[in-house]
Amino acid sequence: MGFTGLFLILFLIVHVTINACIFLNDHGQTFNAVAHFMGTNILVHFLELGLFVGLILHIVQGWIIWSSNSKKRPVKYAVWGAKANSHWYSRSMGLLGTLIFIFLVIHLANFWAPNRYHYVVHGEELNLFERMKAVFSHPGVVLIYLGGLVSLSYHLMHGFQSAFRTFGMNSRRYIPIVKGIGVAFAIIVPVLFALMPILLYFKVIS
Amino acid sequence: MELDAKIPKGALEDKWKHYKDTVRLVSPANKRRLEVVIVGTGLAGASAAASLAELGYHVKVFCFQDSPRRAHSIAAQGGINAAKNYQNDGDSVFRLFYDTIKGGDYRSREANVYRLAEVSADIIDHCVALGVPFAREYGGLLANRSFGGVQVQRTFYAAGQTGQQLLLGAYSAMQRQVALGNVEVFARHEMLDLVLIDGKARGIIARNLVTGELERHAGHAVLLASGGYGNVFYLSTNAMGSNVTASWKAHKRGAYFANPCFTQIHPTCIPVSGDYQSKLTLMSESLRNDGRVWVPKKKDDPRKPTEIPEEERDYFLERRYPAFGNLVPRDVASRAAKERCDAGYGVGPSKMAVYLDFRSAMHRYGQAEAHRLGIAHPTEDQILNLGKQIIREKYGNLFEMYERITGENPYETPMRIYPAVHYTMGGLWVDYELMTTIPGLYALGECNFSDHGANRLGASALMQGLADGFFIIPYTIGNYLADEIRTPKISTDHPAFAQAEREVKDRIDRLMSVQGKETVDYYHRHLGKIMWDKCGMARNARGLQEAISEIQALREEFWKNVRVPGDANSLNPELEKAGRVADFLELAELICIDALHRNESCGGHFREEYQTPDGEALRDDEHFAYVAAWEYQDGKNYTLHKEPLQFEVVHPTQRSYK
Amino acid sequence: MHITLKVWRQKNQQDPGHFETYQLDNVNEDMSFLEMFDVLNDKLIREGKDPVAFDHDCREGICGMCSMYINGRPHGPLKGTTTCQLHMRHFKDGDTIVVEPWRAAAFPVIKDLVVDRSAFDRIMQAGGFISVNTGSAPDANTIPVEKDKADAAFAAAACIGCGACVAACKNSSAMLFVSAKIAQLALLPQGQPERKTRVLNMIAQMQKEGFGSCSNIGSCEAECPKEIPITFIAKANSEYLKAMLAADLPE
Repeated sequence: MGFTGLFLILFLIVHVTINACIFLNDHGQTFNAVAHFMGTNILVHFLELGLFVGLILHIVQGWIIWSSNSKKRPVKYAVWGAKANSHWYSRSMGLLGTLIFIFLVIHLANFWAPNRYHYVVHGEELNLFERMKAVFSHPGVVLIYLGGLVSLSYHLMHGFQSAFRTFGMNSRRYIPIVKGIGVAFAIIVPVLFALMPILLYFKVIS
Repeated sequence: MELDAKIPKGALEDKWKHYKDTVRLVSPANKRRLEVVIVGTGLAGASAAASLAELGYHVKVFCFQDSPRRAHSIAAQGGINAAKNYQNDGDSVFRLFYDTIKGGDYRSREANVYRLAEVSADIIDHCVALGVPFAREYGGLLANRSFGGVQVQRTFYAAGQTGQQLLLGAYSAMQRQVALGNVEVFARHEMLDLVLIDGKARGIIARNLVTGELERHAGHAVLLASGGYGNVFYLSTNAMGSNVTASWKAHKRGAYFANPCFTQIHPTCIPVSGDYQSKLTLMSESLRNDGRVWVPKKKDDPRKPTEIPEEERDYFLERRYPAFGNLVPRDVASRAAKERCDAGYGVGPSKMAVYLDFRSAMHRYGQAEAHRLGIAHPTEDQILNLGKQIIREKYGNLFEMYERITGENPYETPMRIYPAVHYTMGGLWVDYELMTTIPGLYALGECNFSDHGANRLGASALMQGLADGFFIIPYTIGNYLADEIRTPKISTDHPAFAQAEREVKDRIDRLMSVQGKETVDYYHRHLGKIMWDKCGMARNARGLQEAISEIQALREEFWKNVRVPGDANSLNPELEKAGRVADFLELAELICIDALHRNESCGGHFREEYQTPDGEALRDDEHFAYVAAWEYQDGKNYTLHKEPLQFEVVHPTQRSYK
Repeated sequence: MHITLKVWRQKNQQDPGHFETYQLDNVNEDMSFLEMFDVLNDKLIREGKDPVAFDHDCREGICGMCSMYINGRPHGPLKGTTTCQLHMRHFKDGDTIVVEPWRAAAFPVIKDLVVDRSAFDRIMQAGGFISVNTGSAPDANTIPVEKDKADAAFAAAACIGCGACVAACKNSSAMLFVSAKIAQLALLPQGQPERKTRVLNMIAQMQKEGFGSCSNIGSCEAECPKEIPITFIAKANSEYLKAMLAADLPE
């Protein structure tokens, strides 16, 4: 879980870095160039395959753990006072993960799938920047994206530090640092992503 | 029957060595065929189970709790003594021996006590090897502290949880043997009778507390390690389940009960707060290292303790015992506190408490700490705050426990403490080999009459429990079992098992069938009150005679009017309690008989008729330098057997801590 | 004060169980929570009803036997406190208190509030010890232990095995209990020889007993009456990984 999680976190860093190119506000030139590289480079295609494998593993592992753990208390408590001892998002990783999964399907259907289809059929890529502008002109889509990113933020809020604990990080000196980085990551990355649909919708970037 | 303690010949320091060198052994092949039943999983029981199983015996061990790790040894706080002399302060095996004999007011057996002191060092070695996390110095070596009644630092400790750490060590050693198949654990099982075949202990009848089933368990020898009987007083520092039933059943089957009136009242416990009180909580004796005990000089002083100026406080232990001060033995400290309260100087809502004050220690530690930190002119507040940190490090968990129970913050206001029943020095009579008067029945730890004489020194109970289980019984049991190697596996179909089981069942049926009006706790409370008032910290002949007839009447009423709800075929805690209280109601009478017969004061047994002009215990060595071992007759009469105590090395004198 | 108690009643392991409501007057604020149950039971016995079965023994917070799940929290609302050390002054007059047993597949209910925690003993049997026979130990001071390691080992060893960690955990995981023992012995020099087998065996046994897996939620740490920190779980994870990756992986 932690291993695939950290792998996906690495992907998020790459993804947010590339997409942040749109903040250059150069009509998507830099962004499209990098996206083109990512979409056509053979090595990246291999990595992409790895990414999908990682993602599926993460989902399958998560589902197995959730379904196994949920059988460990056959009779539930009448009063469940967990909010006094833990964060709701730490206890809701399965739910948050599911929301993120739904969001991912929508997201891939909006960008990755049509782009690949176009590439395979027409031999060239879409102008992804233009695609973004088009997709994010619908307020409903923007809201779905914001919802997905909020889920991602809370998922990371727990997942980041949890992954390190699973790897055995127990030093009193480093735990606060990892926790701090985790919280920062869980806020900064989703906020950067969220700025994209928002700024495009309000046409701050064009 | 003539009591033979089987003390080996030779000089005191050679006895144990000589015994070990010459005792008969059982070969490994034969050990595998021999079964040993152990009742109780505290320090003595768990350590015996582990070490006997390591030797190759097959061990069955029983506890009434849900896990062997819960046994009440776990609650011991302060520490464990050992004659290691790591502090270079003049300690030695002889000194530990001498302190124990003196602390016990010259009512224990020299040979046993010397052996205890001898093996004490091995206990520390073994426990460290088992992973017990004792407190350590910065250099990585073991730390020590001092305890009451001695002038050296020989107490090893793990914060205020020494008993817990030692018990978990012994428990883990036993669990290892469970995994290896050498030990079988029967948790939630209570021994309800001992089975004798041809005069030898051959097994027990135990009740499975979950199903209510009576089970027969056989062995070539039976070891009782079932703890003390302090709960005969109802309120004590013992666990709620601590009971005398196993020892008492053995007593009724022929094991003599020795010195039952030697009960220890611990000076530093949290006072009683109301009628609903179910138990008393100890504040470790180690607190007297740094706490000063006082009462106001004025009777019924209404002021808060912090408002009473220094010159209006009576530090009565320091006043009466300048040499040992607050570190006098437990019996002396308890009686001194009772004396002040009886005289009208008690504090708190009940007026039955004295203060235990840490302010001087905070001040002292605070100054040293300020010096260490290079604070040139520390303010009074700074000093106290630094001192509080040190006190927190040493006793933090005890201070928190005090605050949880009383709702008062002991860092700001002195603790209120009062003596409470804590330990019982009396118990089943055993010889040098720890065998009772029933062949094949051994008693270990607090449940034997032990090595503590009339008063146990702090941090010696853990030492004795582990000494008995780890280092003594593995040798001495061989001397008996060497004769048993031809005895085949004991069958539980023997008529003696059937007979004992029938008797147990009858008694349970009787308890269930009374269906009277009063609860078991009602009788237990009532019994406790009689015992505390008339056989507690101070006793006199008239009170004891009254107590005996009151106990008899109460026992009779119990069997006519007790109500045990539920049934006997399932988990029924009230039935468990009823059986235990019924036994306490019998034992209580014997305690009073013993206290009445012992016309002297010694250690925890203080007869008001026998005291020095300044109120100290007055022993009568000419007439009472013996172990009083009582033989059960018919529940009304007990025959006294005397084991004279020979003091060849230490010469009894009046104990002086002045 | 007046207290309304809603208590889980269950005759035996097979019985589905239900809640019963009891009214208690004259509850004293200096009473412990268990003393209040004594008063309730006294009343029930006098009324000819079956008293509530609950586990308890030392009543000073160290034996680990008491185990009530009080208003949604193991051992009740007070931090670092066992049920026996919880006093009624932390409740208000007129409060309703719901009391349930520990609930976990690995802790079946025996009766009312009493559960079977023998799974913990079996986990200990799987490796929670140092294999040293009596009589073979060297002098205690020949094994120096750094003070901070000794202190950390002690902090881990403070676990009382009550099972509150399991009761609190959404996954019914026993990792806090298991990791505390693994960490204690891994921190001490005496624990080194069996370090790898211990962690593998204890974790395998934990899974076999039907406890869930740890997802680092942290409820256990917050509810542990001895405040055992969750960092020990990370420590056990690290021990586990090291043992798994060891070139000489033991059988």
